[in-house]
Amino acid sequence: MLPNNSLVTAHFVSSIEEQSPSQSGVILHRSMQFMLALIIILSALMLVPDYAWSSDSAVATEAVAEELTDNKPAPVMGPRDYRQIGSMSSRSFVWVIAQLHLFLAAFVLAVPLFVTVIEWIGVKTGDQRYDDMAHEFMKVSMTAYSLTALFGGTLAFSLFLLYPTFMGYMMEVFGNQVMVYALLFFLESGVLYVYYYSWYALRYGNKKYVHLTLGVLLNGVGTTLLFVANAWATFMMAPSGVDDAGVVTGGIWDIMRGPLWNPVNLHRFVANIAFGGAIVGAYAGYKMLSARTMEQRAHYDWMGYTSNFIAVLAFLPLPFAGYWLMAEIYAYSQQMGITAMGGILAWLFIVQAVLIGTILLAANYYLWNGMSRCEGSGRYTWLIKFIAVTLVVSFLIWVTPHTLILSAQEIATLGGSHHPLLGPFGIMPAKNIAVNLMLIGTFLSFQLYRRSDKVITVPWANFGNALMVAIYLVAIANVIFLGVYYGYFTNTVYKVGSSVAQVISTLIVIVSGVVIDTMMFKGAKTLPVKWGQISNRGVYALFALPIAFTWLMALMGYVRSSVRTHWHVYTVMKDNSVDNFIPNIGHAGNMMTVATISFLALVLFIFWVASLGDTKQAKPVSVPAQNPAQ
Amino acid sequence: MTTNTNSQSQSLQDEDLLKQGKIPVIFKVLSFAVLMVFVFTGIANLLPQVEGQAPKDIKVDLGALTMETYIAMGETLFSGKGTCTLCHNNLGRAPDILALNMEETAVERLSVEDYKGDAKNSEQYFLESMVDPSKYVVPGYGKAGEPSPMPTIDKAPIGLTQIEMGAIIAFLQAKDGGEPTVDLPTDAPAVEETVATTEPPKPAANAEEVLLKNGCTACHAVLDSPSTIGPNLKDIGARSSREEIRESIINPAAVIAEGFPPIMPANFADKMMVKELEMVVDFLVASEDSTQTDAPKETEMKGE
Ligand code: HEC
Ligand code: HEC
Repeated sequence: MLPNNSLVTAHFVSSIEEQSPSQSGVILHRSMQFMLALIIILSALMLVPDYAWSSDSAVATEAVAEELTDNKPAPVMGPRDYRQIGSMSSRSFVWVIAQLHLFLAAFVLAVPLFVTVIEWIGVKTGDQRYDDMAHEFMKVSMTAYSLTALFGGTLAFSLFLLYPTFMGYMMEVFGNQVMVYALLFFLESGVLYVYYYSWYALRYGNKKYVHLTLGVLLNGVGTTLLFVANAWATFMMAPSGVDDAGVVTGGIWDIMRGPLWNPVNLHRFVANIAFGGAIVGAYAGYKMLSARTMEQRAHYDWMGYTSNFIAVLAFLPLPFAGYWLMAEIYAYSQQMGITAMGGILAWLFIVQAVLIGTILLAANYYLWNGMSRCEGSGRYTWLIKFIAVTLVVSFLIWVTPHTLILSAQEIATLGGSHHPLLGPFGIMPAKNIAVNLMLIGTFLSFQLYRRSDKVITVPWANFGNALMVAIYLVAIANVIFLGVYYGYFTNTVYKVGSSVAQVISTLIVIVSGVVIDTMMFKGAKTLPVKWGQISNRGVYALFALPIAFTWLMALMGYVRSSVRTHWHVYTVMKDNSVDNFIPNIGHAGNMMTVATISFLALVLFIFWVASLGDTKQAKPVSVPAQNPAQ
Repeated sequence: MTTNTNSQSQSLQDEDLLKQGKIPVIFKVLSFAVLMVFVFTGIANLLPQVEGQAPKDIKVDLGALTMETYIAMGETLFSGKGTCTLCHNNLGRAPDILALNMEETAVERLSVEDYKGDAKNSEQYFLESMVDPSKYVVPGYGKAGEPSPMPTIDKAPIGLTQIEMGAIIAFLQAKDGGEPTVDLPTDAPAVEETVATTEPPKPAANAEEVLLKNGCTACHAVLDSPSTIGPNLKDIGARSSREEIRESIINPAAVIAEGFPPIMPANFADKMMVKELEMVVDFLVASEDSTQTDAPKETEMKGE
């Protein structure tokens, strides 16, 4: 048994044995009430969009009359349609609030997704550790949930306050759909609380399956919620179900199902998982560094490893989801596509490369350091320096801008709101080679890591290894050859084609690697893994990952939103506010940093509240002494 | 505890790993996080800094328009509001119009066999390319059987007017030494249509210009005007808040200043650009002294 005499140990124990509502329960109940109140206010607000904002009665009656015929074009925006809080830029304000809401929402939608999966793994393997970990993840996300609602409410209020006419139009377009959203929010909260608080009540046997079903239901509602909200953003980018003037012509389904809806749905869904995994990874990392006993350290090391695994696994398909989204944007409007990839926003993709490079390097660094957990890893350590060199060189190629050294002056003289200064980065051959090599290198690190605690016993081990090595060599050669040959010696049309072939090579490595390993690991002897035996420096990769993710999310969200240029709703409703320009990258970067640092502060609060529930004050010694029963 | 049950070397290492150091973990982790964020921010600030201004509409005096200024207007529109250079450049996305001799190109296009459009001359061909790009798709661009990747220029998001498209045609015809065949627009279209000037479209340079342009001086004592039809604005900053001033301009009927008739026009909000309004408000907020005849100086545009 574990001794129970220190607070810190009590903390660890309680996370396993916690059966009764603790302090965290009280905090959560309170925040739940707060949140419910907010949602009610919010929903009430959404019921009255059209009438509340028209100050003189003539306009109001007009609004009613037109509501009935249901064909009002998008309003033309003038100074009257914008408000400001003091002299603060409305865009900046909404920018930060929306970003914080999205960070939190991504986190709370993602955690239940992998928690349910982990819970299920726990049932399948009968390994209690999975169940405990799943529960601890949920605990962390509970506080985040109320914060999400708070920021969602604040965002809605600020949008209605600062952009009343725009919001009026959006309400007119989406109509009752927003109430469906509110309803789903109620459902989400209900299921979430039942799921979390019934964890120990429904823990074993058939009851566990009831609990798992709740988890699936929770994720069903959460994902629907996400998709409903996505429709607002994609409508603004590529409106459907309205005519050129913005008059609603279709049903709500036509409005929601615009050309970009599904690509954004997929992209956000996958990215959320990566993001959520990275954040709980940081939680585990932090707990691990502050652990006082080796058990604690081992527990959180394992937790950090699992989270990191989830994050990286979800991260790897993201480029492909991004590729689909970009392709749909080009198909919808070539002009919008070029604005993003080859126009004024193109430089942002340099920053993106830095961030993705950071993420991949951190993931690899973590795996390499983690090899010290297994004695068997000595067999592979010699390979690491080659992977490291490949990664760093590829990274440098990737972040090298295509058209170097154009001064801001030169760019400005090219004129307009779009600048034809950069080639489309996405299909730059050298960069494609680099990206694919980085992905292959990362997968190799992962494969080595997985092998380091195993002694393969299948009779065809040598053949299997040779096959794997051959696949790697062919794929790498293929990636380089395709990039160089098609990239530099043929014209543009084939460049796109070759990048697809390169990606397929990479995918073949990943898929065949997983298949071959699964077959080779049959009956393999496992060497002991000593959780906790990883250098503290290695643990910092667990912080690098979420920081880079958070900033990356802010960046890509900004690009997604900015491709609309000076339109609130692209081609339908012009943005005539003072902020209708695309700010320079430095300003945008500063805004992302403000959002990221604020989020960091919120996350600290969330972690602190989560651990508060585990902290039990020792009973004052004097009390038992005065107790007459003693 | 487990440490006791482990081997000697193991427990030593365990202790090393558990060592917390003098600096609390929270500070180490936080500084690491903040440092990373600042590296990213730094990179964003090192890249070229360009703002993408939204195209601005400014009225042009059609009576004073010459063919020369019309062509110049077309050139500005080509890289500005028209966003033509986004695609028509030397990166192979679309024919490099600036490098090609477009008069010759037009003749060539009209003579090929599969030209199915209705244009008979370069003027009509250029117009058709803009308003109905799919009529004829230059070989090598776009996908077979699909509409041209070129957007329809007189529709959103670009939305050029007839006059503006005329200016571009004039520019395309003249840029290689040709003689423009387009007619100069007369001020016939009395519509409130906005037309780009030959300068890069911009709001008024400063608050003084806005005040003069909108005739505020006709009724108010402001700048050099001594008019007393409306309240003196030279000291309005001392009397009213920013919000009140803004409201008085956007919606004069909301509060009528005591002792004055409610005759201030209500349509300034529609006539002024948002930036212009902000400049005037800034200017008036800073006007606190009625004895002062000169305008307060710090009225430059924020972003410039
Ligand atoms: C989104 C990219 C894009 C934008 C923006 C764009 N174009 Fe085009 N344009 C094309 C493509 C692609 C072609 C070739 C296919 C075709 O003929 O339709 C083309 C063809 C043309 C042609 C025929 C050229 C020839 O060689 O016969 C003219 C003229 C033209 N564009 C003028 C303009 C003008 C003027 C503007 C700006 C007001 C403009 N385009 C904006 C993509 C664009
Ligand atoms: C036709 C005459 C007229 C013109 C032109 C005019 N105003 Fe006025 N303005 C008035 C009158 C009369 C009042 C007082 C009645 C009222 O408050 O509506 C007034 C009130 C104001 C006030 C509020 C003053 C106070 O003491 O509360 C401001 C600010 C103002 N005008 C600014 C402007 C600006 C800026 C312009 C130019 C864009 C302008 N006005 C053009 C007639 C005019």
